[in-house]
Amino acid sequence: MTTMAPASTPVALRRNVELTVDGEPVTVPEGSTILEACRAQGIEVPTLCYLETLAPVNVCRVCVVELEGSRALVPSCSRPVAAGMVVHTASERVRTSRRMVLELLASSVDLSTADGDVHRWIDEYGARPERHGPSAPPGDRDHAHAGHHEPPEVGLAATVAQVVKRDNDQYVRDYSKCILCYKCVEACGEEAQNTFAIAVAGRGFDARISTELDVALPDSACVYCGNCIAVCPTGALMFVSEHDLRAQGEWDEDRQEVTRTVCPYCGVGCNLELHVQDNRIVKVTSPLDHDVTSGNLCVKGRFGFEFAQGGG
Amino acid sequence: MDLRTPEAPPTAEERFAVDSVLGPPESGWFGGERTPLDGHVALGGLAKARSRRHLLLPALHAVQEQVGWISLAALGYLCERLDLAPAEAYGVASAYALFTFEPAPPVVVHVCDDVACRAACGGDPTEELAARHGPPGSGTTVTWRPSPCLGHCEHGSAALVQKAGAGGGRASLAPFTAGDMDRLVALGPQVELEDLPVPLALVPQAGAEGSQLRLLRRVGRLDPSSLDAYRAAGGYEGLRRALEMGPSGVIAELEEAKLLGRGGAAFPTGAKWAAVARNPVRPHYFVANADESEPGTFKDRVLLDHDPYALLEALTIAGVTTGAEKGFVYLRGEYPVAAARLEHAAAEARNRGLLGSDVMGSGLRFDLEVRRGAGAYIAGEETALFNSLEGRRPEPRNKPPFPVDRGLFEKPTGVNNVETLLSVLEVLAMGAAAYARQGTPDSTGTRLFCLSGCVARPGLYEVPMGTTLGSLLGLAGGVAEGRSLRAVLLGGAAGSFVGPEDMDLPLSFEGVRAAGTTLGSGVVVVLDDTVDMTAFVGRVARFFRDESCGQCVPCRVGTQRQEEVLGRLVAGRPLGSVGDELALLADLDQVLRDASICGLGQTASSVVTSALRRGLLGNGALSGNGRQP
Amino acid sequence: MFGAGGGTSSYREIEETDLVVLWGSNAREAHPIFFHHLLKGLRRGAKMYAVDPRRSTSAQWADAWLGIDVGSDIALANTVGREIIKAGLVNIEFVRRSTTGFDEYAAAVEPFTLAEGERLTGVPASVIADFAHDYARADRAQLCWTLGITEHHTATDNVLALCNLSLLTGHVGRYGSGLVPLRGQNNVQGGGDMGALPNKFPGFQDVEDDAIRAKFDAAWGVTVPAQRGWHLAQMFDAMERGDLRALYVLGENPAQSEADNHRAVRLLEGLDHLVVQDIFLTKTAQLADVVLPAAVAAFESEGTVTSSERRVQRLRPALRPPEGARDDVEILGELARRLGSDWGHPSAEEVWDECRSLSPMHAGMRYDRLEALGGIQWPCPSEDHPGTPFLHGRLWEEDPDRRGRLAPFSPVAFEPPLDELTEEFPVRLTTGRRLDSFNTGVQSGGYASPLRRPETLDLSPEDMAALGLAEGELVEVTSRRGSITVPVHLERSLRPGLAFMTLHFPDQADTNVLTLDTWDPKSGTAEFKATAVRVDRLPEAVGAEPVAEPVAEKLEVG
Repeated sequence: MTTMAPASTPVALRRNVELTVDGEPVTVPEGSTILEACRAQGIEVPTLCYLETLAPVNVCRVCVVELEGSRALVPSCSRPVAAGMVVHTASERVRTSRRMVLELLASSVDLSTADGDVHRWIDEYGARPERHGPSAPPGDRDHAHAGHHEPPEVGLAATVAQVVKRDNDQYVRDYSKCILCYKCVEACGEEAQNTFAIAVAGRGFDARISTELDVALPDSACVYCGNCIAVCPTGALMFVSEHDLRAQGEWDEDRQEVTRTVCPYCGVGCNLELHVQDNRIVKVTSPLDHDVTSGNLCVKGRFGFEFAQGGG
Repeated sequence: MDLRTPEAPPTAEERFAVDSVLGPPESGWFGGERTPLDGHVALGGLAKARSRRHLLLPALHAVQEQVGWISLAALGYLCERLDLAPAEAYGVASAYALFTFEPAPPVVVHVCDDVACRAACGGDPTEELAARHGPPGSGTTVTWRPSPCLGHCEHGSAALVQKAGAGGGRASLAPFTAGDMDRLVALGPQVELEDLPVPLALVPQAGAEGSQLRLLRRVGRLDPSSLDAYRAAGGYEGLRRALEMGPSGVIAELEEAKLLGRGGAAFPTGAKWAAVARNPVRPHYFVANADESEPGTFKDRVLLDHDPYALLEALTIAGVTTGAEKGFVYLRGEYPVAAARLEHAAAEARNRGLLGSDVMGSGLRFDLEVRRGAGAYIAGEETALFNSLEGRRPEPRNKPPFPVDRGLFEKPTGVNNVETLLSVLEVLAMGAAAYARQGTPDSTGTRLFCLSGCVARPGLYEVPMGTTLGSLLGLAGGVAEGRSLRAVLLGGAAGSFVGPEDMDLPLSFEGVRAAGTTLGSGVVVVLDDTVDMTAFVGRVARFFRDESCGQCVPCRVGTQRQEEVLGRLVAGRPLGSVGDELALLADLDQVLRDASICGLGQTASSVVTSALRRGLLGNGALSGNGRQP
Repeated sequence: MFGAGGGTSSYREIEETDLVVLWGSNAREAHPIFFHHLLKGLRRGAKMYAVDPRRSTSAQWADAWLGIDVGSDIALANTVGREIIKAGLVNIEFVRRSTTGFDEYAAAVEPFTLAEGERLTGVPASVIADFAHDYARADRAQLCWTLGITEHHTATDNVLALCNLSLLTGHVGRYGSGLVPLRGQNNVQGGGDMGALPNKFPGFQDVEDDAIRAKFDAAWGVTVPAQRGWHLAQMFDAMERGDLRALYVLGENPAQSEADNHRAVRLLEGLDHLVVQDIFLTKTAQLADVVLPAAVAAFESEGTVTSSERRVQRLRPALRPPEGARDDVEILGELARRLGSDWGHPSAEEVWDECRSLSPMHAGMRYDRLEALGGIQWPCPSEDHPGTPFLHGRLWEEDPDRRGRLAPFSPVAFEPPLDELTEEFPVRLTTGRRLDSFNTGVQSGGYASPLRRPETLDLSPEDMAALGLAEGELVEVTSRRGSITVPVHLERSLRPGLAFMTLHFPDQADTNVLTLDTWDPKSGTAEFKATAVRVDRLPEAVGAEPVAEPVAEKLEVG
């Protein structure tokens, strides 16, 4: 029998920082972000590109807040707190920028399968995507050349609409729904999987998620871990299982039960969340708050459940 | 890394191009021939991959120049060499306008159709080309494409000729006429780039009576290839002085001179250098930002084409003062002459011990590299520039952290533009007190202005800070052909308009700030009453739509929407009322200014807003208030 | 390690270590999420060494890959050990305070000079020296391995050779420094924890210890046999001798997973009685007299499993099992009842609570605590104990009483693989896993993997060219035990003379027809990793369409 080692592991002590949010004093640990300070106060700050398991990329700008002394608004998801900061989360400037960000996205991206919060925010902030005009027809975005674009057709609002990409048995990529939040790129890259099968390519309104020269996923480095799909907030990336059930009108989250268990493959002990509808697994995710996986899985854990329901 | 690179092998030409930058492959695992030793050992790892990633852009340039385009196989080979994922490399490469991924004719002529050239010719300079040589991209051996500003604004027209293969590279042609295009088409791939005339620098004050040029005093008067000529003209005395004074002495001098950065933000140069110098994290870097891409700006081109040693000397002073042992000159990719002359100058300086392990016998180490951009305005934003140098997408970083704390390669970094660095030489040459006596109390020294458009004597001008707009225009002979002035675009695409009533505007930081405008990069585009203002402002909107990096929503979608609204207004087909459209533009303006990550997005609506305020877009659609059916 | 059958470290430690050694482990494909933790360490600046005959996808992340000859692990470890000693890099304080047998170890490794190491392993001496110096100098170092170490006839000695290196350098028992054997299945660790070993009760308590046996006798009201049982390889030998006549197989597929499986099938067929409890009608189940259909443990039943970092976590049922399939606990209880012992109908939690009452290292792991803490790492001796992220901290204690039993060096001799390379069998075949598949494929074969491709004999570009083979061409692979026909695949991660196959597709290409079933007398593991084979082109007109041009031509182009 082994004697016990001290169970504690090194944890750096953090000092506290005091700041003011919407007129109220808030104390949070040093190194916290303004977003964390807001959430500690129970203040809702909308976020799209933020996820607690990924380093903030602060690109969507829907979480901006007004920081006294700062010329422009600041992204709350990435700005660390500093003593004495005075932050406003509901000023007219903040509301205008959030409204416009939501409006710009909603006018250019199909948000039909986005998280429910997005639609609530669109209403709450009064975004009016229709004022940018009717949508222009889908285009070939994968071959756009940086620095060149055709003049916009008068009266139509350009969108990111394009043909759905379905080139393998497990993933569907519908980039008409992509808000370019960078989460999939981060999850495929340094933040988790380190496969780098996809990256942001092109620039400006033509920026897009792409493999090298848009080769099909089976020709890319993709290893089908599904970690990109797990972090996608809009359904642009979807498992075939979910996509097809939705297409058949069968997808019903109210009828689904989510059960946490341990993956039946290797000995790492990844936690699975099995989404079960009518005694069939329709999707597999992993809890973000479990430090073995931080929400990530491999291809076996993600898709290798068919053996339990008559596959193979 | 466990890469999956494309299976198709590169051509010999592609391999040669990549190897010309990276050297021969070191083992069979990274692009070379497999040897028996490779069967038992491979040396790789993240540290090595990270340390080589910065070579991505130079290697992409090499392939593009050698082959004329970048194939999947070439990208794959390059990635194997750099231990870099092909998707990432593509993500980087596709963010630059000068890289292409489909076979292209061997000769590509990029023709400027930007604001200054439009103002100069009163219309779209590419219309005639399209009529004579077909639409952009047509042609099998020679083709043409419209381009944003190429930095030859004083000539009123310009082209960048790009030729692939042996004897290939890039060359500038300015002025550039449809006749030049006819000759290029006739020559085809036989065109010899070195036979094309090097564009002149127009410095109308040079030799003029009473003009006391400082920054421009050597331009056109020295052989730009001769280090000895530069030294004979007083060159490298500033470095000697800086070494004698030591870092704290130099910084004190800059602070006393009240030198402010010429990049637009007007940050005190001495304070910036001091912050880098005292940062305990090592190593430090210093970067000269010569990615001049602001439409209407050509001062760096003039300075670097004709006085390259001055920048090297100034950068060396910055390095030894801030404790940086490595410097970079980030030069825009469209300046082939400056690139060649800077490279030559750096080699000469190294040869004479003015760069290297013992700078001017001081025992201090400093060396620099010249790196070229590849057609991305955003790379001039300092943090996007760092990303570009590091081989990443030229996307601005969120600030803070600021470069002096975490800049290039995550290390403390100083970055100044060319004019600021050259002004440092003047401070050291004349002494802080004398320097500060020039200009105004709050804006000391002289300033360069790029005059173009409908002006009698376009060119690069140097005047004391605080000189009025009217006197500057007077120096340049006023509006060309005696026509009447409609407006002046001050500061470039990120600037704003002033009008005939603003001739008393003092061109100092505080003067323009009080007037709600900006000096920006010193752009002064003169517009007379013949210029098509809607097309002019539309070009600016198109420019931002093209140059946005696409990272943040306000700029990525906002610049698209701005161009669309403008298009509707110009066409007289507003959605709802004109008032609705103007409200939409105001909203776009606010989200761009307030919520964009960087200065590009924050100023992307500036010209449009300014034009509307001044009523420059005419009365047509904009005055109507009736709803469209 | 040193008495407890588990890895010493937590995954989190590899994120904060300074040097990672991956030895005989392709974790990138076999343990992908562990590799995420490893990558965090690399991103933070840790250096990585990989020891593997193949430059696997894992090894491609290494600062240095040491491509050893198959089965020369002990030679490399002993050379590294000697070099650490010669370079004066031994952690003398740790060796003095916490270990025994250093002198014998030093003497045993003395012949393994760098030159000798290079000769025996194929790895350049300078690279071995760098490896030795970096491992010894690192402030924290994690040494990880998998089946590349244990699927040899010297399995146990291989492990001991690595443990010796950790003792020399003090890279054990501290946060960030440890020994990490990665487990291949989700409950290999738990099986051992629960006493599914010939000589252990739950909690690694020795069956041959009278006091411990008495505790179990009292709890269970039976007399437990005083001698240890057989491990798997011994069972097959016993079948061969006729000493073992009946077998109850739970969730294993030995008819396909055993080395030299012609022999395995013959012996299983020769049994008087074979019972198989499984979720599939496996090849083994097809040989059975009785098949007991089981529920899928991970998806359809309640229970616990233990991961490679000794973390016990709960399984929960998400699906109703198909008609007739039953939970393992229920089947075992029913079997006991039929055999005359009524265990009642205990829930999984009740079974677990009994285990906790008998296994001190599990005592504190109440179900609700497992739930709340996201699993607990053993040992967890009491209900207020948080679990143990790393083992053997005691070795660093100043007080000899708290330090406990010292860790012994275990000098080990180098023996090359048994299946010798000869002119007749000139190619070394080694085996391993692919990312999207698992073991014999019965679980992983069920889903549509976009990565899946059939079994191939993977050969180096040089060997493909020398044999004039085209991608996809069928070849006959022959070992001293049998032959199979399989398509070839060009694989750049291999060097000349080294071939690779998986075990995932036994129905298509039964790799274990070729492998040698000689097993390690200490662990019972067979030598799957080192087979001598010959590769022959098939005579013309077998009907196989090459899918590509011959490689020789392809190489000339490149």
